Amino acid sequence: MGLWQSYRMRLRRKRYKVRAYRKHFSLRPVADRTGAIKPGDVLLFCTLRDEMVRLPYFLQYYRDLGVSHFLCVDNDSGDGGREYLAGQKDVSLWTTRASYKAARFGVDWLNWLQNKYAHGHWTLVVDPDELFVYPFCDTRPIRALTDWLDVSQVRSFGAMLLDMYPKGRVDQVPYRSGQNPIEIASWFDPGNYTIEKNPIYGNLWIQGGPRARVFFQDAPRLAPALNKIPLVKWDRRYTYVSSTHMLLPRGLNKVYEQLGGEQASGVLLHAKFIDTFTDKAVEELERKQHYSSGAEYKAYAEHLSQSPELWCKWSEKYINWRQLEILGLMSKGNWA
Amino acid sequence: MLVHTAFDRAEQVVRHWSAAGCPLVIHADKSVPQKEYNAFVNALSDVPDIRFSKRHRCEWGTWGLVAATQQASQMMLDEFPDVRHVYLASGSCLPLRPVQELLDYLAERPHTDFIESATTADVPWTIGGLDQERFTMRFPFSWRKNKYLFDRYVAFQRFVGLKRKIPNGIVPHMGSQWWCLTRQTLSAILQDPERETYDRYFSKVWIPDESYFQTLARQYSRQIESRSLTLSKFDYQGKPHIFYDDHLQLLRRSDCFVARKIWPFANRLYDAFLTDPSGAMKRTEPNPGKIDRIFAKAVERRTRGRAGLYMQSRFPVETRENGLTCGQYSVFEGFSDLFENFEGWLAKVTGTRVHGHLFAPERAEFSDGQSVINGALSDSAQLRDYNPRAFLANLIWNTRGERQCFQFGPRDNQAIEWDIAKDPNAQVSVITGAWAVPLFQSNGNFSDIRREAALLQQIESKHLETLRSTWSKARVRIWTMAEFIEAPMEPLQTIIDEIGQQQVRGLAEVPKMADLKGFGQFLQNLKNQGMHPYLMGDFPVAHDLHEPAPSKRKPYLVR
Repeated sequence: MGLWQSYRMRLRRKRYKVRAYRKHFSLRPVADRTGAIKPGDVLLFCTLRDEMVRLPYFLQYYRDLGVSHFLCVDNDSGDGGREYLAGQKDVSLWTTRASYKAARFGVDWLNWLQNKYAHGHWTLVVDPDELFVYPFCDTRPIRALTDWLDVSQVRSFGAMLLDMYPKGRVDQVPYRSGQNPIEIASWFDPGNYTIEKNPIYGNLWIQGGPRARVFFQDAPRLAPALNKIPLVKWDRRYTYVSSTHMLLPRGLNKVYEQLGGEQASGVLLHAKFIDTFTDKAVEELERKQHYSSGAEYKAYAEHLSQSPELWCKWSEKYINWRQLEILGLMSKGNWA
Repeated sequence: MLVHTAFDRAEQVVRHWSAAGCPLVIHADKSVPQKEYNAFVNALSDVPDIRFSKRHRCEWGTWGLVAATQQASQMMLDEFPDVRHVYLASGSCLPLRPVQELLDYLAERPHTDFIESATTADVPWTIGGLDQERFTMRFPFSWRKNKYLFDRYVAFQRFVGLKRKIPNGIVPHMGSQWWCLTRQTLSAILQDPERETYDRYFSKVWIPDESYFQTLARQYSRQIESRSLTLSKFDYQGKPHIFYDDHLQLLRRSDCFVARKIWPFANRLYDAFLTDPSGAMKRTEPNPGKIDRIFAKAVERRTRGRAGLYMQSRFPVETRENGLTCGQYSVFEGFSDLFENFEGWLAKVTGTRVHGHLFAPERAEFSDGQSVINGALSDSAQLRDYNPRAFLANLIWNTRGERQCFQFGPRDNQAIEWDIAKDPNAQVSVITGAWAVPLFQSNGNFSDIRREAALLQQIESKHLETLRSTWSKARVRIWTMAEFIEAPMEPLQTIIDEIGQQQVRGLAEVPKMADLKGFGQFLQNLKNQGMHPYLMGDFPVAHDLHEPAPSKRKPYLVR
């Protein structure tokens, strides 16, 4: 990378920071408990809209991992999710009616909150339908991981998005609030992912999985990106560029080894495809607030009305992180 | 005991040692805030026989650690005259066996020094290439904080050829910094008349805490056991592996006396080993073999990874893949054109998974006509052609443990050819020109056939160049079609022997060859149209000369 390009990246980073600052005016605090954040706490950031049914399990899952504080942006929920979150002791909540799309799908809001509250903390940025799985997550709290990353002088930790789906129709089994969604959506595609390197930001671009297999067979290039870097030791100079797919400065995107070895990595179990999905797809299609005007949702809505089954004979049923490790979807690296 | 963080855990361990009657001298890093330090000292005020030594700044890899150790050792020897063995531990060390067992163990070996100590020439422990040089150069800059200056200064000294003299002809030794020395040896080191010289020398050595005592103990010890009683494993960056709750059983079975480093929040480990004397193990020699293996594997995973795997945290650049794919596979070109039932025959004879043309333009022809295969890999041509290389690597990875065979030819997507040619796992067998057989059998217009033949010949001859290039690493065998049908069983036998899946004692069953009556004339017609088919080799126009009649040829065995 030449000096010129480095400088351009620097400008771009500054621009995103200014943008985050501009967008933060639309955020209105509902419950600000950030005073309770202690040094060394692991913080979770998320934006959400109408996800009430998922919230109880979501909060419980991450509390059990050892997340100390949740900082959430509610994008005009109308299902009581806002009130529910405001009542939780370890949640700080902001709300906004501004456009999700204009805030670059929530990235601007979170960038600003992270810069304000997360400097020097390990931060996890996930959606309410994403469950973070890392090596030894069944026996070691997330603090063990972040401590180890600190000692190893690693600042960011990658976790690929793994689309989970049920056997049978997506809307066959209704999801009860508080239930582990993986009980319903317990299947995934184990080995059909393609990887390319992004020459500008240096991150990997991963596609594949059931969405590419079923929805984007004819246009694989449009299939959604699955690479994510959700866990970062935040510094106020950092900024997410596009969702949690990539960051600036670019060094944070190098969560992979190029000389043949394996770095440690995790997986985000993406429990998107449960019965709530069909309604959501229709709604998002109208709102056009998602990436490339919800083209993704358009494809879903079309396909799901015809053949609503993502499951195939070679789908794998989720057991635990060790299974994902053996399949080569994540790695322990040198953590033992 | 050297302490710099997690004081609550350090306190627990101090009490544990002390309860067994061991006097302690504690050194806390100077960078610890005074307030925290005072709280720690106060918390331990009720514990008998402990002292706090003068605090030094202990940055990793610097002299401070040695200075702190020296001073604390001196204090120990001066203030507790009954002490026979001195054990250097840290705040994150955890005694795994009852302290009494350690005391008994040492009492049985009153003159033995337990200190890991090896010459640099003989061990590959060092990280970053500084082995002998760490004793012959100066290191005034911090490796952690001033990496740039550190590296530049090393390069400068190499360039100029600056070399320090090692004093008094001592032979530098290295080893784990956690030792257990006898009073005799330790006091000899500390009271050496030459200590001034040694201290001055070692204070500029790189990572002196791993070499100072290790070297000097060799001068005085009566009996050295070159191993550390502390179980401590280092990874490829030279930082210690950390133990967590899930290592409990592993640690129990290790029979080691002390382990480090323990994660401060590993409650189960601390509870199990500090409060539970019944966890006592049989009195055996320490045996950390299993732990060694686990950590060695972890380092290998980090440095070499799993061959043939491409994933989110392993994406090797070209030449560093350590195998493009994870297992051997076979590519057959022209065989399914020449033989009518080749795929079925091959699957039966070798017991492998035989696919059709995986890179066919319409779809990936998986075995048994499946539309999705292991790993939920789709047969969609678009998905495959979006990243053919990932498609192949995925297929081989998903079916690891089962050998894959597939057909390939000039009609297929050629984008994969270099990846196959460069892959040492690939076994490529080619019958050149066999693509003409389906054309010969087809019912198309001759002008179309001629055009098609010209195109396929062009593609295949380029493909052959790839396979024969100097970068090709696959096991490639090429026959012209004419050559092959002269004696088809010999090459087939060779290929199948190499696949070596089963013991095939000669090929009992032979694939059925296509009827080639009139093929020579067909080629001649192409020639007459100005399209010279040369990849098939020489076929006589009159078909009854050399051309074997497949129906008459009887199966025979080849040994």
